[in-house]
Formats: sequence, C-alpha cells, structure tokens
Amino acid sequence: MRKIFNKTLLEIARKDARIHLVLADIGYGEIEGFAKEFPDRYYNVGVAEQNMTAVACGLAMEGNICVTYSIANFPTLRCLEQIRNDVCYHNANVKIVIIGGGVSYGPLGVSHHSTEDIAIMRALPNVVVLVPCDLQEAESATHAMMEYEGPVYYRCGYKNERDIHHKPFKFEFGKSITVEDGDDATIIFCGPIGFEAQEAVIAARKKGINVRLISMHTVKPIDREAVITAAKETRKIITVEEHNLSGGLGSAVAEVLVDEGNLDVKVKRMAFPDVYVHEVGSQEWLRSLYNMDASAIEQEIYAICRT
Amino acid sequence: MTKKYKRFADLIRKDCLRMCHIGGSGHIGSMLSSADIVSVLYESILHVDPENPKKIDRDRFILSKGHAGAVVYAALCEKGFFPREWLPTYYGDDGKLMGHISHYVPGVEYSTGSLGHGLGVCCGMALAAREAGEKHRIICLMSDGDCNEGSTWEAIMFAAQQRLDNLTAIVDYNYIQALGFTRDIIDLGDLSSKVKKFGWSTCDIDGHDYLEIENSLSKLPHEKNKPTLIVAHTVKGKGVSFLENTVASHYAHISDEVLAKALKEIGE
Ligand SMILES: [Mg+2]
Repeated sequence: MRKIFNKTLLEIARKDARIHLVLADIGYGEIEGFAKEFPDRYYNVGVAEQNMTAVACGLAMEGNICVTYSIANFPTLRCLEQIRNDVCYHNANVKIVIIGGGVSYGPLGVSHHSTEDIAIMRALPNVVVLVPCDLQEAESATHAMMEYEGPVYYRCGYKNERDIHHKPFKFEFGKSITVEDGDDATIIFCGPIGFEAQEAVIAARKKGINVRLISMHTVKPIDREAVITAAKETRKIITVEEHNLSGGLGSAVAEVLVDEGNLDVKVKRMAFPDVYVHEVGSQEWLRSLYNMDASAIEQEIYAICRT
Repeated sequence: MTKKYKRFADLIRKDCLRMCHIGGSGHIGSMLSSADIVSVLYESILHVDPENPKKIDRDRFILSKGHAGAVVYAALCEKGFFPREWLPTYYGDDGKLMGHISHYVPGVEYSTGSLGHGLGVCCGMALAAREAGEKHRIICLMSDGDCNEGSTWEAIMFAAQQRLDNLTAIVDYNYIQALGFTRDIIDLGDLSSKVKKFGWSTCDIDGHDYLEIENSLSKLPHEKNKPTLIVAHTVKGKGVSFLENTVASHYAHISDEVLAKALKEIGE
C-alpha cells in the first residue's frame, strides 16, 4: 500500500506545485521518486518529528500543501502537540501520513506498532481520519486527501494488502462503502484487516448467514447514517480494526449508536484487548494470536447471530 | 532618537500591567522583559499594516513565548490593529484577548502558548518565502524557557542546514523561568556561542538598550546564508523595581496597590 500511496502522491504532485513532502529521515526506497523530481519541494528535516510537523505547518500557513510521512507512531504521537497546537488549531493544510498502521511491522516490536493512533487522532478537532483498506481505496483516499483543504490523518498499510473491493466505487470522506450485502448482521471494519472480515463473511454465507460488510475508511467524520441503518436493518454489529480496544473504530461506532438512542442492537468490538502487543511475529500471526483473523471473526458472526 | 521607543515601551508596559490586573492573570515579568524589544519591533522594524493585517509582503512576527501575548496585544492595539476597548476584556469571560497569544486577534500571525513551537513553524515560513522569492522577514521572539525544549534545537539545526537567512530569532534571555533562575534549572550559559557553533550568526545585546536593539535588527541578516540569533540580555519584570529579577514576577498577582505603584514608577 505504501507503494501505491507514493506513486499516487507523485502523480498528484506533478499537477500541483503547492505540494511539499516533509520527512524525518524515513522512507528509504519509497520517497526517492518525489525527492528526485521535486527537490525544491522536498525536505528531510532529519530524525526530528516535532520539527517535521512544525516546518510542514509553517509551509502550509503560507499557502502550500504539506505531507508529513514516517512509520507507525513517529509522525503522530512523537509530535502530537505540534499536530494539535500547530496543524489542527491553525487548520493548516498538512496531511499526516503513517506507513504501517496496526501491527504491519509485527516483528519490529511495540515501538513500531501503531495501535492507539485512531483513538488519539480522532480526538482532535479539525482533522479527518482516513484508514484505507486496500490498494484501490488507498489510491482514491490519497486523491481525496490531497484535494481537501485542511488537516488529514492517513493511516497507510505497509505491503501485501489483499484486494477487498472488487467493483469500482465513489470515494467520499465520511461515506462508507458496502463491500458485501447482507441483513443478518453487519461487520464494520477499517483498514487492511478488512480482508480477514471478508473471508469470514464469505465463509458464513456458505452456512446461510448473510453479513453486511462495510469499509469505514473515514473514521472521522464517521458515516453515521450507515451505522444507524445497519443497526436498524441487521440489529447486530461487529467492528473489526487492527487497533487497541479503546477509542478506535469500535468506540466511534458505539458512540453513534449511543447518541442515536432507542436502537435494539447488539454490538461486539474486535480489537487488541488494551495491551501492548509484545509477542514476536508477523502481522498475520499476531492477528491469529489475538483472535482477529478470519476464523475468529467467523466465530463471532455465529456467536452474535445465536444470541 | 530612542525617545519614541521609550514612549511606546512605557505605553505597552502600562497596558500589560492593566491587563494582568483586570484579568487577575500572571506572566507580567515575561511581558515586561520583552517590552523594549517589542517596542523597537513595532515602532520601526516590522513591516506590518493595521489596515491590511494579512498583506502578503508583511513581515511574519511569531511570538514563541506565547504567555507574554499581552505585550504584543498592547503593541497591536497602540498601532491600531484593534480598538482600545478590547484591552480590558483580556482574560475575561467573552473577552477578545486570550491569555496566550491567539491568531484570532487581528495582527497576530500565529498562536503559541506551549513552548518550543515557534521556531520550527518559522522555519517552514522561511522556506516558503524563499521558495516564492518573497523578501519579507520571519522574526521569532523566544524565551530562555523556550530553549529548554528539544523541538527548539531541532529547529536550530534545521535552520542552519537550510541556510535560512530570512529567519531571525530573538531570545529574551531574562535568566528566569517558571520555577527559578535558569542557572539552577537548565543553565543555557553562553547561548550565543552555543548556537553559533550550530551554524547561526549570533550576537549579544542589552535587550533594554534601544539603540542596541535597533542596530541588531536594522540590517538583517547579519551574515548571508545564515539564520540570525540575537540574544537579548534582559531583566525579568523590567521597569517595575519591585518585580525586577524576581522569580515571583512570573506569576505575580497585580493587585490594586501593585498596579498603582507600578504605573507610578513607569510614569502616568
Ligand atoms: Mg525567562
């Protein structure tokens, strides 16, 4: 996914001279295209994420569009106050891009896992939170982000994401995409882990259970209408995200349901159970260890449909 | 020659005292130590226009020590950026002027309040100006406390690397930070020499000597291809004898008595 992001960004940058890439010495093998083609719009501030964000904000205050880019938590938590006080408060046109959402960098360890970012970023006013799930969505999300004026957080995957979308779609902020139809239950997911959910939905369908599958690529502003409609029509919602249980997509969905009120709906949130994922292993292995793979999701479908 | 600076500095010092008095708010010491620098900036250095605060070729002035925002509010008010009636609303309910400097106020370039934010943003603004071939300057007024923040040093290294000679930082070095004297907390020592070694052009001035302030700011940059640092040696609480060089002046409460005494000292 990081390849498609960088490729798309480069294409857009060819048409818009306001676009700058501001790095903190991360992006080897990915960012060279931009750096080579637009050396005057490319800055590597060194290993200094606070300054990366501040410089991007200063450039953006003067009418530019800036992308900050690094892996996992480096461009978010390390410089969170710059994101809050500088970028978001001033509504600066800065796009904060992380590579390796969730446990994409599994065996690199906890420092390289981004598992609280959705919660933290969506707590900030003025920022759009995007979590694309596959290459098609990633490309569309990149275009939408760069066209939008204002702060955006873009949680990119890393590599080997599987295709989830099999038909073309219109990508709009705050408008989720229904990937599979169904009325027995709904799975709302964000990010590449949606592929696990999709496999579970396909398996359940073979047993006669039809689950609606929704990609909530924009966690903020969330698609309230899709959540409420799913609650009313299917009465069972499972959320799936590669993120900690606190404050992420599941929380965002729950907030919508609570605020709407008077809904007869069962909800199950699937996420990391408020832990640091200290076990060593690949993304795929960690998903299965934490019961967030296709078979675990399939079991949750049966469980929620039984009760 | 320096009379106008003294006059303006007296005005904004008194405005600050009145604001802190009416607001029941702190940071008067930080405002008073910056007042002479701010006076010279607004009287003759900064190209800014109250009729058109967002004019594209304005100098960008960023107060990184946002807790001293009132000293800039006072200067902007005296220069006609907003009506005098706004000053007494400082810090109050439905007020026009936030405690820490706010870009919602006409003439304020940028909001700060947490230290260590200003200089990095100034680097971005300086890059933008250079890319666009614009001639305006980017001037950042900082505090010694600001220089405790790691992010400030990230920006110091970056500005030198990028040869940002359209960027000038002034440090209001009043030797006192929130909880005590800098020498007892984080001793910045000879700040000017340190930053010079980082690749900046630096100088030391008396931050209350109008001619020295004016000279240091009248020809920028001091060296081609280098950002400029002016270390202004100042006295916290300057201008009000019983506040001068006291840690207490950071949070001092300006009571009716204190206000009367202080205004009298400055001269009403
Ligand atoms: Mg100080």
